Amino acid sequence: MISFENIKKSYGERVILKDISAKIHKGKITALIGTNGAGKSTLLSIISRLIQKDGGKVSIYEKELSKYKNNELAKRLSILRQANQIDMKLTVRELVAFGRFPYSQGRLTKADNEIIDRAIDFSELSEYEHAYIDELSGGQRQRAFLAMVIAQDTEFILLDEPLNNLDLKHSIQMMKTLRKMVDELGKTIVIVIHEINFASHFADYIIAMKDAKIKYHLPTHEFITKNKLKEIFGIEFDIIEHNKKKICNYFNN
Amino acid sequence: MERKKIYIALIVFLLSAVAFMTYDTGVNLSYVIPKRFIRLGTMIIVASSIAYSSLIFQTLTQNKILTPSIMGYESVFILLQTIIVFIYGDKTFQVVSHTSNFFISILGMMVFSMFMYILLFKRGRNNIYHLLLIGLILGTLFETAGKFMQVIIDPNEFSIIESHLFASFNKMNTDLLLVAGITLGLTFLIGARYIKYLDVIALGREHAINLGLNYYKLVQIYMVLISVMVSVSTALVGPITFLGILVTNITYQILKSYKHKYLLFACCVISCITVIVGQFLVEHVFNFSTAVSVIINFIGGIYFIYLIIKTRRSL
Repeated sequence: MISFENIKKSYGERVILKDISAKIHKGKITALIGTNGAGKSTLLSIISRLIQKDGGKVSIYEKELSKYKNNELAKRLSILRQANQIDMKLTVRELVAFGRFPYSQGRLTKADNEIIDRAIDFSELSEYEHAYIDELSGGQRQRAFLAMVIAQDTEFILLDEPLNNLDLKHSIQMMKTLRKMVDELGKTIVIVIHEINFASHFADYIIAMKDAKIKYHLPTHEFITKNKLKEIFGIEFDIIEHNKKKICNYFNN
Repeated sequence: MERKKIYIALIVFLLSAVAFMTYDTGVNLSYVIPKRFIRLGTMIIVASSIAYSSLIFQTLTQNKILTPSIMGYESVFILLQTIIVFIYGDKTFQVVSHTSNFFISILGMMVFSMFMYILLFKRGRNNIYHLLLIGLILGTLFETAGKFMQVIIDPNEFSIIESHLFASFNKMNTDLLLVAGITLGLTFLIGARYIKYLDVIALGREHAINLGLNYYKLVQIYMVLISVMVSVSTALVGPITFLGILVTNITYQILKSYKHKYLLFACCVISCITVIVGQFLVEHVFNFSTAVSVIINFIGGIYFIYLIIKTRRSL
């Protein structure tokens, strides 16, 4: 289980995160939502040790992140950020194989190769397996990076706007894939998401951020209400219920 | 696939080395052959360390048109040479021997890079672009300082400095070759221990951390290794700015691989071929009327412009 307490971060005068604390529910999808600049990506980067925090602590199973060995941590926690520019000749399969690095240190075993095969299948990339990633479309590349994270096979997965560059069909597919990973494999996923309906439909919990703070951390159905959404995003919402899932319409206002 | 290409490169390398050693030797073999042998050894050492350091530097910075010379090592080297001549004037040759000049240059460049690393890493600002920026600015500062001194000294004394501005393999001696060879051999060995991590570092800082690397420590280790290699090779023969860019990019194009164990080795071999062929041209076509670094910088410079145009087009 991941928890963080009193996380602080600022760049110069600008405060990005102000004393943030929460516990992420194990075996669930938690969606991080909020306006641009609310601190979502920064929070995700701090939880995954990509950037230094100014104060506070992050723990996995009550043990602080800094007390884990780098390699051990890489087997428990993975992160995928938005910008994935790579300037080298790499095929999809070779990229996905990097996900096994914490386990094999570059020498792939038979078991590693099976996991890589499964991750590629899972992301529906089998036909591009040997294509170079710089020749793929943005969406295909995004899926290739997700496949790498799947191959890394960690209990906790943090995703920063994974739906960027994806068309509707692949967005839905990706969210279904994530759902399956949570329900069948027991993974815990934290995902930064902009489209509120994706959060409403697929997430179990929602953390809503505003002004460098967490405003709400609630089960999805409790959070999706007119007033709370308006408070976070500053626009009016119509909420319709369909098959017990809430759909938000924000176009009429 | 990679192995086959490397074998071909090795064969070309051997052929060029043999041609360099045996072409037009004249009658006085016992004089010519050892001389050429020392030059060959120097070229292999210098070419390999430039290739090795440039390729790693490009991986760390994720940029294929940078070389360690952007950090200002060459400016420090030239400034040191200028200061020595500035102080001793035409007595330079009597006071400062070739050997002590070699060690002074290495010391100067190492102090410079350590100063920069300590400044940066101690303050926890682990941003590699910060390091590049500071190196670039200090490099320009030293370069202009050197230029200023060169302008005000005696023109005859300037000609002493001039011989240091262009790399040359003609002024080597055996003692230095041995020292340089051992130093560089050691850095190669230390570097080889971490080669598998370079493949991951090439993915970028975030992926490297995500995949469990101690990214900052690895960058520090490699930056120190790079500074040793660049300092030693520059102190040995002088600056060859464009060699690094030329050979790394040729290597990427030929090998089309991401695996550093192949890239590094192939890059060293290709670099040796380039320098040996260049030196061969200097000796037998241009009759020593020019320095090998002039030829390499000419070809490398053109190639560099081509690379910039090519990258702009693909953006």
